[in-house]
Amino acid sequence: MDAKDILGLPKTPLPLPQEKKSRPQKDSQRKPDGISREVYALTGGLAPLMPSIDVAQQKRRAQVENEKITWQWLSFTNSARKDNLQLYHWVRVVNGVPPIGDYSFAKYNKSVDILKYTDEEYEKYLIDPMWTKNETDQLFDLCERFDLRFVVIADRFQSSRTVEELKDRYYSVSRNILIARASSPGDVSGHPIVKEPYNVSQEIERKRALSMVLSQTKHQERKDAEVLAEAKRISESRIAARSAEESELPDTSNAGAEGTERAIVPADTASPSSSLQFASGNVAHPTSMAENASVTASLRMLRVYMRTYALEQMVQAASSSAGLRTIKRVEQTLQDLGVNLKPKVPTKAVCAEHLELRKEILTLLNLQKQLQYKEAEGSSYREGSYAETPSTPKHLQRGVDQDRAFPDPLSFGGERVGKRDQKRKAPGRLSEAPSSPAQSNKRPRKLKASDG
Amino acid sequence: MLRTLSPIKLSDDEADGFGSTPPPKRVKIEKDFEENEKSSNKRLKDVEIYVPIVYGTMAFWLGRKASESQSHKWTVYVRGATNEDLGVVIKRVVFQLHPSFSNPLRVVDSPPFELSECGWGEFEIAISIYFHSDGCNKQLSLFHHLKLYSEDESGPVSTKKPVVVESYDEIVFPDPSEVFFARVQNHPAVIVPKLPSTFGLLPVPVEHVNEGKKGDTKDNFLSQWFMNFSDEDELLKLATARQQVQYYIGKLRRQLSD
Repeated sequence: MDAKDILGLPKTPLPLPQEKKSRPQKDSQRKPDGISREVYALTGGLAPLMPSIDVAQQKRRAQVENEKITWQWLSFTNSARKDNLQLYHWVRVVNGVPPIGDYSFAKYNKSVDILKYTDEEYEKYLIDPMWTKNETDQLFDLCERFDLRFVVIADRFQSSRTVEELKDRYYSVSRNILIARASSPGDVSGHPIVKEPYNVSQEIERKRALSMVLSQTKHQERKDAEVLAEAKRISESRIAARSAEESELPDTSNAGAEGTERAIVPADTASPSSSLQFASGNVAHPTSMAENASVTASLRMLRVYMRTYALEQMVQAASSSAGLRTIKRVEQTLQDLGVNLKPKVPTKAVCAEHLELRKEILTLLNLQKQLQYKEAEGSSYREGSYAETPSTPKHLQRGVDQDRAFPDPLSFGGERVGKRDQKRKAPGRLSEAPSSPAQSNKRPRKLKASDG
Repeated sequence: MLRTLSPIKLSDDEADGFGSTPPPKRVKIEKDFEENEKSSNKRLKDVEIYVPIVYGTMAFWLGRKASESQSHKWTVYVRGATNEDLGVVIKRVVFQLHPSFSNPLRVVDSPPFELSECGWGEFEIAISIYFHSDGCNKQLSLFHHLKLYSEDESGPVSTKKPVVVESYDEIVFPDPSEVFFARVQNHPAVIVPKLPSTFGLLPVPVEHVNEGKKGDTKDNFLSQWFMNFSDEDELLKLATARQQVQYYIGKLRRQLSD
């Protein structure tokens, strides 16, 4: 039976192959046993990702055949209750025998074992100038009543004590009793309360830090991420530069910078710009010679290599101090200039020129950043707080950053940039450029606004 | 694209199977090798010699003769950029074909370093280049994607006009051994820097390395389709681009110093 039969249409002259085709399909789509029709319909006939048939259920079904099952409305007691309250529920009765044993949910009524101390023990081990015995007794009563829910206990506690104080008292008392009652200290050394004593100051500090983080505004958060990303970039480029330098010529001129770099990493979040002013954009240039030399040295070790491979290595070394973002911008600029990202005829001369061009573009991008920074600085209230030198580019002004090397959008096709950049928002880059969505000349205003 | 490949297991070494190299020649190479041993550690510091090469594939559609499994006849090759014989530097080229080919590892032990096959599918061919021992004992690996179907759909598919995809590259030997340098320095496939006369290396006559013009791809039937690679265009473009960038750098510097 098919749609044509229903519609009363004549069969097509090719009934046989049709039949052949449809039959195996039906077979493969047959609903497997043990799975309800509705559930199977949801899978759309595809193999489910998770096992949809409960094997245990199938086994039980097999047994069911020689069992007589009835459901009865029976009373039951709950061992978790102390009041012997009688309630009723439906019970599955197999062959007329109601199930025996405790109410199945009783086991979930957990309670905490709270140590009890005698007056004598209190006198001997538990006296604390900050706590009276009355208070301690009250604390332990509440602990038992509210199962160590200290927030609730602190709420009910008569004198005002912090949660930390209550916890400290409770755990230190419990600990002292445990140790006092043990025949030897070794017996209880494994007990969690003894093994890991409650540390008040650490807890207070932890909560303070936590609340600080949680109460941070989005703006502060972004600034923090920016500073951290910047610091990371700086230290990475420093390390790269240093290792390149070390391999070439032992140079100690970095010692000063090293000290300052360490100071940057935990820099005050409130004023990142002032502490980060000598960011490392230009590091690429002073060290590029060293980087080139080390690449050349490693290529020499190969004894033989392809020219394109050498160029790739050189390009990588030259941009090692630049972030992923800057590298993308260099490539964008190359495209704007109509230059192949990878030379088509990589002769020695072409490779050398290509490398030089890339380096020059890096310089250009750094200069742009400096200029943007200078402009931003000029308009800010922070005027004159530090000296401006051409060799200290700033990377913090990401908001006013532009992805284009050239200010003039007319000379190069400016439309593609925005889209391309948007794609770049890979999750891994979130921390590096928290304010990174597309930059193009088209929408600088919007960006500034969203950057806050 | 390029990385040093872990050596491919060659089931057939030089000794067996590939009869294309006549035995007398092999003896000669071995003799060369022994001589080299003494001075092989002597290297020419800061000298770089290189061999411009072109590698790629050329595919002809078989037209009427095409069957479902063999629609194209194609050739993969490594050639000198100006079709010079590469045998002076390259000892052997191994092409690794798609595993669906019988004997997917094809060894070519003498120039021209090319390999022809019939098939219907495009795939990536790994090309390993081995050098004569005075040059380098390590091999280089290249990858080339075999192209059978032209992307340019303007013209009708023809059996006469092949689909050619080639890449230019240069094999660079930094600090070559003196022996290698002397042996290859006058060969047209190899580009050597002009050395000061103090090196006093006598060029070894080239002719004994490869007899005849056997490996020269100039007379090859395929050579009419070979592409010409010239870096002039690219150098010009790069020079213009650098000028432009330098102009902007200067402008920015002035703006910054204001």
